[in-house]
Amino acid sequence: MPIGLEHYLTVAGVLFTLGILGIFLNRKNVIVILMCVELMLLAVNINLVAFSVYQGNVVGQVFAMLVLTVAAAEAAIGLAILVVYFRNRGSVEVEDISAMKG
Amino acid sequence: MLLQAIAFYVFAAVTVGAGAGVVISRNPVYSVLFLILAFFNSAALFVLIGAEFIAMILVIVYVGAVAVLFLFVVMMLDINVAKLKEGFLDYLPVGAGIGILLFVEILWGLGVFGATSGTVSTFSKAGAQALAIDNTRAIGRVLYTQYFYLFQVAGVVLLVAMIGAIVLTLRRRPGVRRQRISDQLYRPKEDSVTVVKVPTRGGV
Repeated sequence: MPIGLEHYLTVAGVLFTLGILGIFLNRKNVIVILMCVELMLLAVNINLVAFSVYQGNVVGQVFAMLVLTVAAAEAAIGLAILVVYFRNRGSVEVEDISAMKG
Repeated sequence: MLLQAIAFYVFAAVTVGAGAGVVISRNPVYSVLFLILAFFNSAALFVLIGAEFIAMILVIVYVGAVAVLFLFVVMMLDINVAKLKEGFLDYLPVGAGIGILLFVEILWGLGVFGATSGTVSTFSKAGAQALAIDNTRAIGRVLYTQYFYLFQVAGVVLLVAMIGAIVLTLRRRPGVRRQRISDQLYRPKEDSVTVVKVPTRGGV
């Protein structure tokens, strides 16, 4: 049985769903939520690269690299905010982060 | 072809298993390690379809930078693990419901339930491979010509992220004696020098 586009898209779909599920299940832990966002971005990258190879067009891989860049920047900023927040409050629970609720 | 199929199923299974491990593991350190495993195996998946450059970038950027950053932060913060896992099972019905719904929708979008079920769109060997240039060269040819401004914008995004992270986490600790060279240099003459008129034979 040859491995085709659908196989890769299914793996990406499962990973994306796992990321969503992780955000729902780990409602308290901001670090795990950030990791789940990374997982979802990985799923998006798998989609981009699979379609790129499927169509024989390399532009999809260029955009996968840009997604990687943004993911790295997001992780750096998110973790910096998390460190500052932990320094001020002493916890990383999402429930406590309600100061800007209005 | 059979070997490729076996390799795909092994890597895909480990990727999905590691993704599940990220979600359900109790300790955030284990979550980060599972994340690294997922990144490695998806890099292997990329190698299987001939996207070597993205695979290597994935290993370098994700495993080498992002995951290590996560690991540092997780180990640096003193987190009460048991308290954070409270309510895991409370959210399970809602989360699982939405997850299953989303997954069924994705499968539906893929046409699994449709009339075309069972067919597989194989990867074309046209494009980068047929042009007799390797993957890295093909990406470079597009990235540095057609998408050059986008490439520059990616660099700016990284620069902004770097400066932002430094500005956010920088703090001045009180009670630490530290040499501030700019203050020393800008010290005015009035603060540092006093001219005393000394009378002759009188002393100060």
